[in-house]
Amino acid sequence: MEGMTPPPVRRIVVDQAPTTVLPQGPALDGRRTNGPAGAPSALARQAGRPRHVAERMRIEELSVAYSGKLAVNRVSLSVRQGEVLALIGPSGCGKTTLLRSLNRLVDLTPNATRSGYIMLDGVDVDQLDVTNLRRQVGMVFQQPNPFPMSIFDNVAYGLRERGSRRPSRRSLAPSVAETLQRAGLYDEVKDELSRPALGLSGGQQQRLCIARSLAVRPEVLLLDEPCSALDPLSTQAIEDLIVQLRSEVAIVIVTHNLQQAYRVADRVAFMYLGDLVEYGEADQVFGAPQAQRTRQYVSGAFG
Amino acid sequence: MSTPATQVPVEPLPLPAERRDDAPAWGIFDRIGVVLAWVAGITLCLIAAAIVIYMLFRGLQYVNLHLIVTHPEVGLDQSKTGGFLDPIIGTVILTVLGTAIALPIGVAIAVWLSEYGRPRGLARAVESGVEIVAGTPSIVLAIFGLLLFSQGIFGFLSFTAEGNAVFGRSFFTAGAMMSLIALPLVVGSTREALHAIPDHVREASYALGKDRASTIRRVLIPGSRSGIATGASLGMGRIAGDTAIVVILLGATLTLQGVGGVPGLSTLKGTGSTLTTYVYNNSPSGEGGAPEKAYAAAFVLLMIVILLNFAVDLIARRRKAQWRA
Repeated sequence: MEGMTPPPVRRIVVDQAPTTVLPQGPALDGRRTNGPAGAPSALARQAGRPRHVAERMRIEELSVAYSGKLAVNRVSLSVRQGEVLALIGPSGCGKTTLLRSLNRLVDLTPNATRSGYIMLDGVDVDQLDVTNLRRQVGMVFQQPNPFPMSIFDNVAYGLRERGSRRPSRRSLAPSVAETLQRAGLYDEVKDELSRPALGLSGGQQQRLCIARSLAVRPEVLLLDEPCSALDPLSTQAIEDLIVQLRSEVAIVIVTHNLQQAYRVADRVAFMYLGDLVEYGEADQVFGAPQAQRTRQYVSGAFG
Repeated sequence: MSTPATQVPVEPLPLPAERRDDAPAWGIFDRIGVVLAWVAGITLCLIAAAIVIYMLFRGLQYVNLHLIVTHPEVGLDQSKTGGFLDPIIGTVILTVLGTAIALPIGVAIAVWLSEYGRPRGLARAVESGVEIVAGTPSIVLAIFGLLLFSQGIFGFLSFTAEGNAVFGRSFFTAGAMMSLIALPLVVGSTREALHAIPDHVREASYALGKDRASTIRRVLIPGSRSGIATGASLGMGRIAGDTAIVVILLGATLTLQGVGGVPGLSTLKGTGSTLTTYVYNNSPSGEGGAPEKAYAAAFVLLMIVILLNFAVDLIARRRKAQWRA
């Protein structure tokens, strides 16, 4: 990376430390620390991390191109059980494309080509039935997008198989309730499960979308800037949820918000113009970045 | 990294230059344009109000329950020609029949165009086909329908005379041609509704392992319900208001003339009339000289169409799916 001439970057007060505000309120659970410039309490972060981490997905030499134009360039990464992996980088760096490759959603884009390997539990995703893959690798999108049906039916959507034998509402009710509890939404909506989901607030809709993905018990959950359309309170609710969920499901989150990546992620991958520039523990990437580009990006020099 | 923050000098933003009061904010052509737009809008409102008020005035003068619930009869004496129950029933049957045929076909065409649309050439051909149907005058559709349905293989749809001559005129055949009038409206508004569903909603369904067919069935069609309802209501209004097809393909007989013995089916295989042909036949310019009944029937027709639009609008609004931008 160092040999390449970097494109011109817009320099905004390089030496200035980002303004940091200590988070207040009951959600402060020790893992949350102030922003990148503050001294992270590494011990507190370490305490919340599970001991054994199993590799769920492995990406090797993945390249994705749209009409021949490279969007992701030979990226190798691994996604581990019980960890939150954050993909950061400026717009157009390929982080969303990388995310969408993991459940082969990028295959739906015309002119997109993909090379390299993506393994889920040691099996190439191209060998898997795409329905199975997508049920094991759930995804939540930037905009809350519940389906135009009731709250109940949204959560049950993934559970209802195609075919003539559709499970009845009564047989689905326990798993729907449990899923909504896991997504921290049950208490708010338990009395209005038959109401249309599009009547919920934006933050509730997004948690419903997370619940919808969790309903089929995925091993990996992909989040594509899940909070960018939400207000701060809803964002906090979602972040709390991510921290809670990471013990049961491996999470990959794409975010533009560096503070958010720092708050929720165990590992961080910094991408720039399709290349994976740096990949490591969150403390290391934010506290002691190895590459010049990463240093500039996390200090707010560009992006 | 940790040097103290450099003080950034804060300067007040320059105030916008004060606007001169004498400067014209709008050019003369802009002013004329605005006035014309106002005039056009208000004129349209006035025309609509005039139609409704005039029909209310003339219609309410003559309409009464007796007219609505009695069968029409042929007679020279106006007091003995009865009401227009049969044309009302005819209008309802024809509208329901035409919409019932147009709705599934129109939604299917719209879904195919919007969600598949491959090969491109075929999609373009389908689009032009829909446009041609939309642009064809209904009298042309009617003549074509008569030609088509008088063929021997369509004998089961209408009355077959001795010697196997197929009459070709029935609620079935008229409904089939009426569906072509509603079809482009259903296709158009359904496509519009499908386009309004953001792509990430489709992707969310694919991301749950669903295929395209179940996404269309469970997400996209429910999500475009209001558009489909709008198209159906527009189509119903057009069917209820069409005259040419009724005259040519429904026989425009004063009363419902069943064919065969099966109740219900015999009516659909038989001929009849609608309020439009009834108005035509009784209006001063038509054959009959019963303007009072024409006004009353026209008023009822107008009320049916307005109520229809209102009802479907209500359903559509309550079920409207709206995603955040």
